[in-house]
Amino acid sequence: MKSILIKNGHIVDPSQNLDQQANLLIEDSKIKGLCDETTTADEVIDASGLIVSPGFIDIHVSLCEPGFEEDETIESGTAAALAGGVTSLGCMPNTSPVVDDRSSAEFILLQAARAANCHVFPLGAVTKNHEGKELAEIGQLVAGKAVGFTDADQPIENAEIMRCALQYTRMFDRPILNRAQVPELAEKGQMHEGFHSTVLGLKGIPAAAEEIMVNRDIALAELTRGRIHLMCISTQNSVSQIRRAKQKDIHVTADVTPHHLTLTDQMLETYDPHYKVLPPLRSQEHIDALIEGLKDGTIDAICSDHTPHASEKKTDEIIGADFGIIGLETLLPVCLQSLITPGHLTWSELIRKLTCGPAKILGLSKGTLAEGADADITLINPDIKYQLDPVSLKSSSQNTPFLGKELQGRAEIVLVSGEVRYRAEK
Amino acid sequence: MNIDHEYRTDISNGWTRKHILGLQDLSKDELNIILNQASEFKRLAAIGETKLTPLSGTVVANLFFEPSTRTRVSFGLAAKRLSADTVDFSSSGSSLSKGESFVDTAKTIEAMGVSYVVVRHKTPGAPQLLAQHLDANILNAGDGTHEHPTQALLDIFTIREHFGKIEGLTVTLVGDILHSRVARSNIWGLKKLGAHVIVCGPTTLIPSEISNLGVEVSNNLDDVISRTDCLNLLRIQFERQRGHFFPSIREYAHLFGMNKQRINKAKEDVLILAPGPINRGVEITPDVADGPHSVILGQVSNGLIIRMACLYLLHLQRTASLGIPG
Repeated sequence: MKSILIKNGHIVDPSQNLDQQANLLIEDSKIKGLCDETTTADEVIDASGLIVSPGFIDIHVSLCEPGFEEDETIESGTAAALAGGVTSLGCMPNTSPVVDDRSSAEFILLQAARAANCHVFPLGAVTKNHEGKELAEIGQLVAGKAVGFTDADQPIENAEIMRCALQYTRMFDRPILNRAQVPELAEKGQMHEGFHSTVLGLKGIPAAAEEIMVNRDIALAELTRGRIHLMCISTQNSVSQIRRAKQKDIHVTADVTPHHLTLTDQMLETYDPHYKVLPPLRSQEHIDALIEGLKDGTIDAICSDHTPHASEKKTDEIIGADFGIIGLETLLPVCLQSLITPGHLTWSELIRKLTCGPAKILGLSKGTLAEGADADITLINPDIKYQLDPVSLKSSSQNTPFLGKELQGRAEIVLVSGEVRYRAEK
Repeated sequence: MNIDHEYRTDISNGWTRKHILGLQDLSKDELNIILNQASEFKRLAAIGETKLTPLSGTVVANLFFEPSTRTRVSFGLAAKRLSADTVDFSSSGSSLSKGESFVDTAKTIEAMGVSYVVVRHKTPGAPQLLAQHLDANILNAGDGTHEHPTQALLDIFTIREHFGKIEGLTVTLVGDILHSRVARSNIWGLKKLGAHVIVCGPTTLIPSEISNLGVEVSNNLDDVISRTDCLNLLRIQFERQRGHFFPSIREYAHLFGMNKQRINKAKEDVLILAPGPINRGVEITPDVADGPHSVILGQVSNGLIIRMACLYLLHLQRTASLGIPG
């Protein structure tokens, strides 16, 4: 029975309201609990100056395998996750073929086991081949360990299909994760519709494209008593609607990405496709509303929306470039920049959005340092400053606007199931 | 007479721009340098000096990734008038259809000794992209719905030629503002030179944020026509429209078309411009298009000298940056 002692760390575990200097003992891949200085172990990790957090959980990651291995593989994506402090991730079903049957979900688990990096939880498709017409084999996917259902970037356009999906998944107590965007309002859109899209001559996507579908999804969740999770919320009015729905005890949850908390639509001035994401980067008033939503609990989680694209898909003209950026390895520093440094959230509040918040959405028994839990732990160095270097990225793709930028904070050591799987280079 | 010396006057002093990507970036002084240089070329043309030699030995590539007639011919002729060799490229039937990227195609052409690249592309920002990847001086000949700087410059030149000034004039841009690169460039240029700009069209074709550029917005042409010095009638861009922004062409012509009845409500010396190609009977009736207020064909002539001026100024910058005596 192997034991590891993490000494002198600043333990922050929102699931237990822990925020204190202490020692943490791990035995046989499980958390044993806090201990005093006299405790001995097979291995000792000095965590002086580090925050000891439950491993991060990112429920919105594209790993691209099978079908798009030029962008990412399960091995490279999970390595990037570890480097970002993520010990569990929800894997999008937007592969080729789409994860819409049991064998596809099991393939992901098999590849994740081979990679032996972090835990991977497959998300299944809501509809066959993401076509929005017929429900996928949701029960079979549950048997294949799918923890939730989504058509990834493809919004579920048909309200009747969404209603059925919410009703059907109630049998399995799994959420539907939807990207709220009315397709006809977003068609050919490249960026947020506003002053900057007017100047740049790029077709805009209005905030209403998201808000209309948020409204519809909340109404259907209320009607069906199903669980709706709204992915990558980006507008002021979306936050208000979700806040009101939660007050009515409708089963709605939401997440936001770090880049939507940091970058505005003004960044598109350079026509750099690395700022082209979905939903589009919005204006400062929307960012302010998202931060308020995080502070008051309206928004439950922060997710990277890790969307790798090989360089040839993210250069050249902006209209031809694919949407999306990688986010696993910048998840923590960008959150620190946008939320901790300006004083919007405490470390405990931020870690809640990265651990027990997302765990609750997918019903995972993770995101905690409670006794008996899997020893998935991230040791954070909050002070270190560094430049994001393309060579150091573990992801196969480098489509991030933060490349070359100075960042602060990173995962220093990451344990998965009681085993040190990652150490940052000195 | 030493013609070469004639156009190398002080009017070009102060020009340092490597590229002309749009009018948003240019200062009032830089706009005036271009307009004055064009005036000089027009004066020379008037005395029969149409073939000049400053770009002799250089190559201008006209890269047109979108259909064009007048702009393409105008740029080609402008380069020839300055004695440059020209390379014409159009995307149809090119290596782009074999999967080559836009930037790689442009770099390949540049490698054949090209110093100046004139680019038209359907994607906003495409000229900026080339400016990042090529050594050549880039001239934007229209990028999607973003900017069309030489068209705006020739519009402004034509207005200045007629009224002797821009400052204090009221210029109304009529029509499809939403999809118009001509409108965006005109707004930047006219505002910097002191004009009052009105944009007029159906609510569906006017971006909601356009007033933040300092323009007046109107949805009623009859309300603004009497205080307008110059009407610039933009083409309805049927090819760019996703859907139905107005119920019918007949209704558009009824509300926003320029016809004899409306001319009667306008100032006596109102100037009618249209960037073309014009849709006769839609934005403008034939009697107005061919009538005394119209300077549509004059615009086309001025387009040639504006493009000569732009190419010449980029050449001055290039030779200066390479340390070559001008």
